[in-house]
This record gives sequence, structure tokens and C-alpha cells, in this order.
Amino acid sequence: MPEKRIRVLIAKPGLDGHDRGAKVIARALRDAGMEVIYTGLRQTPEMIASAAVQEDVDVIGLSILSGAHNTLCPQLMSLLREKGMDDVTVVVGGIIPGADIPALKQAGIAEIFLPGTSTQAIVDFIQKKRAHHERA
Amino acid sequence: MNDPDKQDTATLHVNERSPANRTPSAEERAWEERTLAPTLAKSPERHAEFTTISGHPVRRLYTEADLSAWNPEIDLGYPGAPPYTRGIHSTMHRGRLWTMRQFAGFGAAEDTNQRFRYLLTQGQTGLSTAFDLPTLMGYDSDHPLSEGEVGKCGVAISSLADMEVLFDQIPLADVTTSMTINSPAAVIWAMYLAVAEKQGADWKKISGTLQNDILKEYIAQKEYIYPPEPSMRLVMDTFEFAVKQTPRFNPISISGYHIREAGSTAIQELAFTLRDGMEYVEWALRRGMNIDDFGPLLSFFFNAHSDFFEEIAKYRAARRIWHKAMTERYGSKNPRSWALRFHSQTAGCSLTAQQPFNNVVRTALQALSAVLGGTQSLHTNSLDEAWALPTEFAATIALRTQQIIAHETGVTNTVDPLGGSYFVEALTNEVEAGAWDYIRKIDSMGGMVAAIERSYPQREIAEASYRYQMELDKKEKIMVGVNDFVSSEKPLEILQIDETVAHRQAERLRKLRAERSQDQVNRALAALRNASRGKDNLMPAIYASVKAYATLGEICDVMRDVFGTYEEVAIT
Repeated sequence: MPEKRIRVLIAKPGLDGHDRGAKVIARALRDAGMEVIYTGLRQTPEMIASAAVQEDVDVIGLSILSGAHNTLCPQLMSLLREKGMDDVTVVVGGIIPGADIPALKQAGIAEIFLPGTSTQAIVDFIQKKRAHHERA
Repeated sequence: MNDPDKQDTATLHVNERSPANRTPSAEERAWEERTLAPTLAKSPERHAEFTTISGHPVRRLYTEADLSAWNPEIDLGYPGAPPYTRGIHSTMHRGRLWTMRQFAGFGAAEDTNQRFRYLLTQGQTGLSTAFDLPTLMGYDSDHPLSEGEVGKCGVAISSLADMEVLFDQIPLADVTTSMTINSPAAVIWAMYLAVAEKQGADWKKISGTLQNDILKEYIAQKEYIYPPEPSMRLVMDTFEFAVKQTPRFNPISISGYHIREAGSTAIQELAFTLRDGMEYVEWALRRGMNIDDFGPLLSFFFNAHSDFFEEIAKYRAARRIWHKAMTERYGSKNPRSWALRFHSQTAGCSLTAQQPFNNVVRTALQALSAVLGGTQSLHTNSLDEAWALPTEFAATIALRTQQIIAHETGVTNTVDPLGGSYFVEALTNEVEAGAWDYIRKIDSMGGMVAAIERSYPQREIAEASYRYQMELDKKEKIMVGVNDFVSSEKPLEILQIDETVAHRQAERLRKLRAERSQDQVNRALAALRNASRGKDNLMPAIYASVKAYATLGEICDVMRDVFGTYEEVAIT
């Protein structure tokens, strides 16, 4: 039996259009054998949560550079809980001040990847996290 | 490049200046045999191949053989004269230094007004306004989509009332102002002109620059609202308005900065930016405008990235290409249309969150390349900008960096000090040839709007950006403090924007809507709707709406209704 491929939704929430990071990560995860769906720009938390349900993803990767993470992340996490998507792994990449990280993790974000993270580090984190999940 | 489209064009342009046709002199061949070969036999070089940060090959040594088809009287010329390789003014920075123009904007209008006034007291010579994302997208601060974004990436401006506060006690007759705004550029510009009028400043004399470059939004920065056709109409409306009403105001800053930040190579930045410039020229000519009426008002904006000589070659090549395009392609007769004027900004994407004080050094070197490349205006990034908008402390060091280059290094004492360098001249030729290949390719697709609709520049940039990331991941390219020379450090003190800005803005908007004449607003917006459906220049109707204190969101919504909105095909 082939191993089940990890399904990932890459999303750009908020008004920001700087999508260099989101596109690079989408391609790197795909090259690492994951199935990647990219939402495109300007997704509200509602749109992202619905897409996650519809596409039945294991992982959501949010790219946020605009400083709106403290508003957008908790909104998305509570929508996911409402929709019974508690087991989806949500990671954030972007410009996130260190002082904001504890609250985001408290809200259920599994990991925050700061500028300069290698794509391999992100691939490794997701693979490890989901392998653990499958076993649990 | 892996893209088959690109490979086609690479062979199209077999330039007589290309290294394949290089014939070294007898002396050079003798040096290779007697001096170089024994050294290489003993100690090989650090890499098999050396390339610029863009992946452009760089040879070991440049000599006269690299410039065999290069004629200094034709290809280099003299400063202030065609083809402007050496700069657009005959005395360059000996006559006048570049404008030190630090981009600033955060919080509400009063917060940014304070920063502006501080920067002017510190010797800054021009203003540059950063707007927040809701403003850039044409939403008021109290729109549901603005939640969490108000005042974060720039200043929140929702109406003329905010603009009046932004420029309070700043004499627009004396200060030149640049405004980084694109889709809603016409509206924000109308607000600025209204403030100038209120201050009694003469529109014929006020000077500044509106970014207003919608094409690079579709290509790279993605802050578009309307589809290309009506967006280009709005740009043309501002061109016409500027020619007649504000002859010293640049209605556009054709920008490569964001293209480069999105991950392009230097050649792509140059080619896409100049081809965007040509697209604007062609639309204006189709509108019936005279090339030499609007030509002198076109200005450019480039990225000052880390590869020192490649950047200098890029600026020099830019001037040569634009001169050729304006004279040969469009038949311009006025030398004021031929000289490419540009603003530059050091590369935000080169800043590292790790060991942030190193960013001061990066920025200084990048700024030096822009100065040596003959820039007219410069923004230097602050050391903390990989984390947040800059603190006053960080912004001051960034400004001081420019002052040190201007007053201590001596690089401004002579014009184009690198002119005649075998390497810089050869690289200038190669960068120019590479850009023309792309320009011809885009011509063959039917122009830039057509190329954008095929996602051609978007794909080329995504490809280059991924390639660079892989090079970093494999340590083929080094970023100090990121993938090598890593150490731990204490966190920085950064600027925090709290949610009280959003509340202040919401309250101000509530008050504005209660106090203005709703009748007057309705009439102005109805006139704008009518004009939008027709073909007339929209600036007068936009100006009337702004003066009636219609909000940015209300004005942009009228045009959203008539023009529709743009959705891109997402590529990964």
C-alpha cells in the first residue's frame, strides 16, 4: 500500500498581496511529495476554513507578512473548531514578532516559521507532525 | 532558465558583444599560459562557476577583449547627453545630491505627520508616504476586511479629513512628496491636491510623485482592484490631468522594486519595468497624447539589491534602453523625454530577521550601488524592517547612512566613477542585451497587458524566486546569519501598532459621515458613476467627490460597481 500523501492547503489571509513566500512553500511541499492546494490571494478566515473542509486537508499553511496575524489566526482556529477540524495541523510563516508567538501557540497554531527558515525545515516539521498524528 | 519560452529567446539574440565572440590579445593569452595556468594547477578557484545573485555568469577577468564591439563615444557618451549611460545630468552629484527620501507611514494620520516632521528636521529632503493595506486596496478603515490591518503597514487614509491631518503644518509648496499608492492612486492624489489648494500652494509649482503603476501590481505586488482595461484608463486620466494641471508632478513611478522583491532577477526587473514603461507610452499615444507632453513626466523606481556591480550595470543599462526606446521606438524629439530619472530603494527582501544590525551594512552597500549608478532619489531601509515598520532610532540610522555616503566617502566627487571599467561596461552590455530579449518576447505576445494575462512575467519571476530559494537551501548562495555564520542574539525593540488606531479611525469616520453634507456626497458620487460609464477623464469627478468628503471606500466602490474587480489566476 502506498503511503497516504499529506494534503496541504496554503493560504494567504488578509489584504496583503506579497505571495513570494506562499508560492515558494507550495512548490517545495509539492516537490517533497505532498498534495498542495493554493487558495490564491485575499482569503478571509471563513473562506480558508471552508476550503480546508472541502479539500479535507491535513495541514493548513498560512503566509502572513502584514502584521494582521493576531486578528486572523485566532479567528481561523475557532472556525476550524466549529467545523470539527480539530485535528488539522495549522502552521504560520511570515513576519511574526517573538512577543506574539506564545499567544498564537496558545490559540492552537502548531508552529511559526520565521524569515530565513529553509524549506527543508518546514517539510521535516510537517512530515514528523503528521506521522505522529497517523500513529496516535 | 528552465522555461522553454525563455530558451527560445536566449538564442534569438546572438550579440556581437557576447563572450562567445571574445578574442583575447596575444598578451592576454600569454598571461593565461604563463601566470594563470600554474596558479590554477596549484590551487583551484573556490567555485567552478561564479554568478551574480541573479545567476548571471561572471568571468574571472575582464579585459579589452570583452569590449571589442563597444564604442565609448556611442555606447558610453557623456553625462547629461545621449545615451545617458553615465547619468542624466552633466555634473551629477557634484551639482546636486540625490533626494534623501525615506518612506514612512504607520498608524493614523497624526502619527505619520509627527514622523514626517521629525524626518524633515533631521535633514531629509523629500517626503514619501506609505499607506496601510486597506487604503492600498480602496477600503475604509471601518470596512470588515480592514480588521486587523488598519495602520499596520502604513498610514490609514480614508478621506480628505485624514489627508489634511497627514500634511498638517507641512508646506506642500516647498516639499516634494512621493505617494506609494496604485489602484486608488487617482483618489489619493485628488486628496493631496485638495490639501495643496487649501494651503494656497500653486498646482503649477507643486512637485512630487505618484506611484500609480498598476502593471507591476498584476505582475508582482498584487494590490489591484479593477481589471487591466479600466485601471489603465485611470492611469491615462492622471497623465492627462498632470500634463494640463500639475506640470511638475510625476503622475507615475514605473516600478521594478516590487518585481525584484517578488524574486525576479536583475535582468527581469529591468526588462519588465521598462516594458511596463513602454506599455504606458503606447496607451497614452493611443489616447492621442503627444509623446513629448507626457514623456518628461515619466519617472522610474528600481531596487538596490545586494550584487553590487550587477546593480550598477542595471541602472546604466536602464538609461540606455529608455533613450533608445523613446527616440527610436516612439520618435520623441524632446531630450527631456529621453533621460530616465529614477528613485531607488535598498532591497527589503535582503534584510535578515537574524542578527538585524548586519542590515545596516547591507543597506549601506546597496545604497552605494544606487549612488554609483546615478540615482536621483534614494530610500535606505532600516535595520529592523525584517520585523516591523522602523522605530525612530532605526529610521535615523538609515537616513544617516545616506548622509555618510554623500558627505564622507568621496564617491560624489566625480561623475560615473566606474565608467570605462572593463567589467562594469561588459556587464552593462550583457544586462542590456538580456533585457531587450525579454522586451522583444513581450512585444511578440502583443504587449505587457497581454503577457500579464498569460501569466508570463509572473511565471518567470516565480521560477527565479524558487531557484534562488533552492540555492539558499543548498548553501550555493550564502546569506550571513541565515544559512551560514549563525549565532544567537537578543530580540530587538520593535514598533508595535495597537488596535486603538483602528478605533480612532472608526470614530473619525463615524463623525465625518455625520457632519458632512450627505446630499453633496450623493450628487458627487452619482456624477462619478456617470462619468465612469463614459469615456471622459475621471479626475474632475473624483476631485469633486473628495472635496465633498466622500470616503476612499465610497469612491472606489462606485468604480468597483462600474468596472468590476480583477481576480488573478493563481500560479504556484
